[in-house]
Parts: sequence; structure tokens; C-alpha cells
Amino acid sequence: MGADSLEVPGLGAPPDTEWETVVGLEVHAELATETKLFSASPNRFGGDPNTHIDPVSLGLPGSLPVLNEKAVELAIRVGLALNCRIQPSVFARKNYFYPDMPKDFQISQYDQPINVDGWLELPSGKRVGIERAHLEEDTGKTVHIGGGGRIHEAGYSLVDYNRAGVPLIEIVGHPELRSAEEARQYVAELRSILVAVGASDGKMEEGSLRVDCNVSVRPVGSDRLGTRCEIKNVNSLRSLGRAVEFEARRQIDQLTSGQPIEQQTRHWNEDDGRTHALRSKEEDYDYRYFPEPDLLPLDPSAEWLEQIRQALPALPRDRRLRLTAAAPSVDIDHIALAVERSMDELALAAISGGGAAERVMTHIVQNLADGSGQLTSEALSDLVGMEQAGELTATQAKKVLAVLVESGGSPQDAAQTLGFEAMDTGELESLVDSLIAEHAEEWSRFCDGDGKLTGFFVGQVMKATQGRADGKAVTQILNSRRG
Amino acid sequence: MTAVEIAAAVRSGQRSARSVVDEHLDVIAGGDADIHAFNLVAAAQARARADEIDGAVAAGSDPGPLAGVPVALKDNLCTRGLATTCSSRILEGWAPPYDATVVEQLHNAGAVVVGKTNMDEFAMGSSTENSAFGPTRNPRDTSRVPGGSSGGSAAAVAAGFAPVALGSDTGGSIRQPAALCGVVGVKPTYGLVSRYGLVAFASSLDQIGPFTTTVADAAAVLDVIGGPDARDSTSISDSQPPVSDTLADGVDGLRVGVLAELSGNGIAPDVAARLQAAVGALESAGARVAEASVPAAVYGLSAYYLIAPAEASSNLARYDGVRYGLRVDGSSTPDMNTATRSAGFGDEVKRRIMIGTYALSAGYYDAYYGKAQKVRTLIINDFASVWEQFDLLVSPTSPTTAFSLGERTADPMAMYMSDVCTVPVNLTGQAAMSVPYGVGDDGLPVGVQIMAPALGEPVMFRAAAVLEASL
Repeated sequence: MGADSLEVPGLGAPPDTEWETVVGLEVHAELATETKLFSASPNRFGGDPNTHIDPVSLGLPGSLPVLNEKAVELAIRVGLALNCRIQPSVFARKNYFYPDMPKDFQISQYDQPINVDGWLELPSGKRVGIERAHLEEDTGKTVHIGGGGRIHEAGYSLVDYNRAGVPLIEIVGHPELRSAEEARQYVAELRSILVAVGASDGKMEEGSLRVDCNVSVRPVGSDRLGTRCEIKNVNSLRSLGRAVEFEARRQIDQLTSGQPIEQQTRHWNEDDGRTHALRSKEEDYDYRYFPEPDLLPLDPSAEWLEQIRQALPALPRDRRLRLTAAAPSVDIDHIALAVERSMDELALAAISGGGAAERVMTHIVQNLADGSGQLTSEALSDLVGMEQAGELTATQAKKVLAVLVESGGSPQDAAQTLGFEAMDTGELESLVDSLIAEHAEEWSRFCDGDGKLTGFFVGQVMKATQGRADGKAVTQILNSRRG
Repeated sequence: MTAVEIAAAVRSGQRSARSVVDEHLDVIAGGDADIHAFNLVAAAQARARADEIDGAVAAGSDPGPLAGVPVALKDNLCTRGLATTCSSRILEGWAPPYDATVVEQLHNAGAVVVGKTNMDEFAMGSSTENSAFGPTRNPRDTSRVPGGSSGGSAAAVAAGFAPVALGSDTGGSIRQPAALCGVVGVKPTYGLVSRYGLVAFASSLDQIGPFTTTVADAAAVLDVIGGPDARDSTSISDSQPPVSDTLADGVDGLRVGVLAELSGNGIAPDVAARLQAAVGALESAGARVAEASVPAAVYGLSAYYLIAPAEASSNLARYDGVRYGLRVDGSSTPDMNTATRSAGFGDEVKRRIMIGTYALSAGYYDAYYGKAQKVRTLIINDFASVWEQFDLLVSPTSPTTAFSLGERTADPMAMYMSDVCTVPVNLTGQAAMSVPYGVGDDGLPVGVQIMAPALGEPVMFRAAAVLEASL
């Protein structure tokens, strides 16, 4: 080990050192425009290879880019939603050779991006700084034929330029995330914002949202950043969490065994759950950025910015605050989940319609994971009311809810169809009395205080009524009979 | 016949477009073996188009202001279905699927494309010797170069192959060959003519313009190809008044500056003498002439030879063997890219790609590209203050008359000096043109350059018409 290695934070750290993970994310989101960033070809996922193309998106000699105004508007929406400063910006060419990049340069923004200095708030209330959110064009896709799809073993490669020129916004966050879970929350929040403002469909599985994570570790209490590695190919929130966990562990193991971290780009492999070195910093390209001479500088007018600002919908953070105010006793994770599922409006309406907040939120979090379908806020509110009034058991309510989601209507009708009409109290009492008579031995053990017997009698009632009875009401009757 | 005369004759039914086109195709067939102005002569297509125009005239409709006028296009202008080579091996076999905006405009005005003209590869050169298909010769003296890079277009007009040709001017590539071949050549204000479909050399400098034998023809063509184009973001969004309308307005009272930095050192005495004669003619016509100075103009060539290669290094990256043109196989994609580009590009193109790549590299950007852009700003500012005192500036177009083939090919710096008078105006985006004004001691044409502020074409053309008439 040379003297330089002493400069690496953590090297030579005692074995009981506590480590902190530091994560900074770069998120690429495809903007939901009709057409490409610089041409009139459709911006659409899928399609036969090389059908969404034109001279500009193929970079044919003589073609010139013309900026898509809608893409700029969406980028501004994102900037505003991320509390950025919107500034005059300049497009730049990022030069490197790659077969799926038709011009062998990418039109991006470099030293003057459109959005700078923003922040995003996690549901926990923690704010994460946004360095920039700039516009750029996407590349095509290369398919390697033969050799199991790996580039080095492939017999040949085919390129599909349908995606080339699709507008992207690249959102660069500061390295202020401190765990895999925070990284996951950050991306979830960012995705909610992108979807809320209509900028992107946020589909990670279709590649319309792509995440590169920069991971480093340092001893807790250190204020210096460790050497980072950039992880590519993280295609879901779940793999994001796994990749960060793995990479942090790998770096800690390496540092505690006395090996410095090499700055690298690494590839996340979903199958083996590990990151693998792609290239080192020395192998990085010199992109030779310079201002794109075929496009004018972009300077959106104050009026236009104001117009866009006025038209912005409520953002996830505001929606969480509103829902929290209506359901103050509900856990913030559940509030966040409702907003993430875009069911906060439903919850708010059901609560203001008289449904008990906690019960409404329980249904949303536990029973509506697959969407609310035909369910109306009135029906949800009434359903919760029926539960509170003892007209439906929790089990029955869940079944009724499924019907409401599937085909709409009122919970009263659904309950009737399902045969869940609440038993009248007198009927229930005489049933309990006859069961007590039938099971004298169990009854006397119950009266001696054997709590397990409550379950026995409730079970018998349920069996006799095919689940129609309210368990709580049965317990009450049993207790009153014990005297 | 001039273009204006041809169009008038065809529109009035006095002559058929077909006879005009046949006549020019005959001249080409008889003369181009010696000159090599054309990379491709589109004879069948031209005849078919001429017949269409004659049909339109017969049916009583007007085919447009350039009806039946044969036009030669520099081979870096995209023509649908017609090979567009930039005189480079690397575009071998490629025919664009679309027409450049100027090609559409010419078509809509009734012009007939007769062929694609030779050029320095990717417009990099000043003699048309850097063509993969061999040099073009100067019709005035076939031992001399026609200038470049639009040498084929200049030669085509000078040889009578077509009354009109289009070229592109990045650092003088229209004006210098126009001067050396004794024809009119115009570099319009940057943004006046759409670049859509012009294969890019240096995007912030490139501009398309006409070659013609007369000033009025140049005006007629510019009036057709100028104007806004939604497909070029750098196109000027407002329509401009037709240049032809004010062509005869003279120069009485105009303030004309003789640009000192481009008219003294390094200018051959016979060329300088012709400039003096031109200045005299403008004065006689009522212009007030004085010496003008743009001190930063002397740095123009240095700035140009960093900015243009830098942009070119990026613009020419796409010729990688993947999608079109030449492909030389290799064991990997990068090897294929390298093999293709090594085989496909000529030496001058490689030289400029290397200069430009270097100028943009991390650690060198500020010292080279960044500084060149500052010099560019300085030149723009210097010109701006000169325009407060002058309506037009004049200088020689080229320091010398046409030089011999092979004379400067071994010495790139000597070749680059050919552009010293023309480059500053590309850096500023202003309008400029070259007007033939007699001959030098060797009997070869001399051109006078007239420069105007941005969108100063109407005034510039008035002076050009005065010079033309004074000969």
C-alpha cells in the first residue's frame, strides 16, 4: 500500500467501524410527447423496428434538429415541480461513437441546463437537493444476435432507431441519500411527481424511467465523500434497493480488507444479484461538449413560465399534506402509498363523506392494491359506515369491496347480493342461547374464564350463519350471558 | 442567355424548356470531359422535368420565376433519389430520401436540375483538388484551379454548362471560386437561406448561395431560395423584400469603406489594381468612399481554422459505416468505424477532423475552441462599429487570381491563405458577394468582394449592379 491510500476514507478503519452509505441518483425519464425531441416522428414505445424514423432521427446528412416545444413545456413542468430555478439554456453536443446513436453525438445540455438548484421532499420530510434537470435526446437500441445477446460474443448486431431522438429529462440529484431505502423512496417520489405533472408515464419496466446510481461509503461521522461507483441497468425499484445494498456491502468489504475503491462504472446483474465492473474512470470518454450550432439558445418567456406554473396539478407532497390533515392518525407510509396509487382523492372524498378515516385508509392500503376500479367515494364511505354500524364484518366488507371495485354500485346492494344482510340482534341472541344449551361443558369452561372458548362459540355462530354474524356482537352476547 | 432571359422566354412560350435543357446538356457533353465540373449529370431527369414545365406552359399555368432554367447543384445538397457524395468515398452509394429545402424551392420556381457538381471533399478546400473523384479545372485556363470548395459549380457557370449553380460558402467557398472563374457568387446573410438538406461542414458558418453570370440572375435566384424555413432553426423567421426590386437603385450617397485589413498585405498588385478600379467606379456613381478598419479581422483566419474544424469533427462523426455509405468491415464495431473512416475520408478531411477533435478536447477547449469563439465575438463587435460609419465594405475576394493545379496542395497553410479575405464574413454571419471585375496580369479573372451588414443584400446588390454596368 502506497502513502496515497491513506487518503482513501475508511482504509485502515478499525473493524468495528460503522459505515454510512451515500447515494446520488441520475434519473432519465422519457417525456410523454407525441413526437420526438427534434423531429415529427412519433414518440411511441414498441412498433416494428425502424418504423418511427425520419431523416432527422436517423441523423441523415443534411438533416437539422427543430426543438419540440411540448418537450420544453414538460421539462419546465418537471423543473417547477422539483422547485428548480428555470434559466435560459443552451443545447450542447456530447460527442462519442456508438452505433445506436445516429449522429455519433447526442444533443444534450451541458453547462447551461434548463432547470437547476431544486429539491424533492421524501415522505419522511427529508429534502434531497436536485442539481439539475436537463433536456436531451435518447439513443436507439442495439440488439446483439448470437452469443447469448452479449456484445463480445455476438455474431452481429442490429440497431433499432425507433427510440432515437425520444425526449428525455435527466434529473441529477445531490448525493444526499443515505440508504437503499431512501434511494428507493427518492425514485418513487420522483416517479410520482413525473406522473402527476404529466411529464412521463414513469414505467421502469419499459425503460421510460431509468436510474443510474452513484454509490459510495464512508465511516459514520466523516464529512468527506468516498470514491464512488456508478451502477447501471437498475430496472425496478426493487433492483434499485438490492443494487445499492449489494454495492455498499461490496465497498465496505473491500475497504475493511484494506483495498481502495476504484472509481468505476458497474453493471447490475439481476440474476446473480451482484454488480460487475464495466469500465474504469480512465476508460471514460472525453465527450468534447460544445454548443449545438444547429439550435438557438432557449429562453422561455416569463409569461410562458407563469402559464405553466398556473396549470400545474397538485404535487404528491401537497397531496400527502392534505390527506394527512384529513387522516391525522394514519401512518405517513400509508398516506404516501395512497398518493403513490393516486387514491388520495378517493380517500379524501370518502372521509369527507363521513367514512371513518382510519378504516377508509385501511381499505385503500390493504384491499385496493390493484386499483379502485368502479368504486366510488360514496360507496367506500357507505361501506365503512356499514362496518362501523356492525352491519358488515371485516371479512364481509372486504368481499363487498371486491364487488364494488369490479362492478360499482352501492355496498348495500352488493351486501344483499352476497347474502351478507346483518342478522337482527334478537335472532343472534336466540342462536347464541341455543348453542350455550347445546354445549354445556364448553359453556361452563367459558364461565370459569377460559378465554379460548370465546373463539369456539364465535366459530359455532359463524358456522351456523355462514359467516353472516358479527363476531364482536357475538362476544358481547356471550359476555352478557355469563353475567 | 441569362437565367432571367431563359425564364422570360419559357414563360411566354417563346422557347421550350426542353430546348433550353437539351442545349445545355449538349454543351456539358461536349465540354465537361476537360473541365470535370460535374460528379453526375442527370440528363434523363432534367429532360423529363423540362417536358413537365413545357406541359404546364402549354396548359396555361406559370411554372415560376425560374421556368426552364438549368441549375447545377453542388454535390453536398441533398437530392431525393440522386446520389449526393460530397465528393467523398465515404458516401459511396448513398442517395438521400429527401430534397434539400433549396432544391424544393428551385423546383417550385420551375428550375431544372441538370446535375451535381464537384467540390473539395465535404467542402474542405480552396481549389477543388481535394475531391475523391479528381479535380475540376478552371474553364478560363484548364491548367489552373477553379478555386473551391464549390469549384465545380463555379466552373459549370463559367463554362456555360448552366446559367445558375448553387454552392455553399463556409469560409469563402462560393466567393473565392466565383472570383477565380470570373462569375458572380453570393454568400447570403447567415439564416437567409435554409440549410436543411445541405450536408454540414461547419454548421455555424455554412450558407448556401448562387453562382450566375449576371448580378440580376443572382438576385433572381436569391429571391427564390431566401426566406424562412421551419426545418432550419437558424433560419431567419421574417420574409425579406425581393432583392431584384431594387437592383437598379444605384449607389448615390452610399458610404463605402475599403476594408484596410483585407486589402493591403498579401494582396497581389494586379488584384489590388482591379479593386482600385472598382472603387473608382463606385465613386463615379456617387458613392462616398473612405478607408475602413476592422482590426480584429486579421485574426479571422486563425479563429476560422479552429471553429470550422471543431464543428466538422462533430458533424462528420456520423460517417461511421453503420447506416449508409461506405463500410469496411472490422473485427469489432470500433474497428469497423476506424477502417471505414480511414478508407473513406481523404487527407484534408482527416487533417481537419484531427484539428477539430483536438480543439474541443478536455484541457484544450478553453485555449483553442473557447478562445476562437472569443475572437469571433471580437470580430463581430469590430464590424458592428464599422457599420455605424459605412453601408458597404469592399475588398478583393481572393489575394490572387487562379493558381495552378498542384501549386498549393503540398502546403496546407498556403492553401488556407486563399480564404483570408472571405473568412471574416462567415464568422460574423454578414452578407457578401464576389463580382467579376476584369482580369489580372495573367489575363485571369479578378473578383471584388462587396460586404454588407446582416440582411443588407438589397444594398449589396445595388453596388454589384453598378460595378457590373461600369465594365
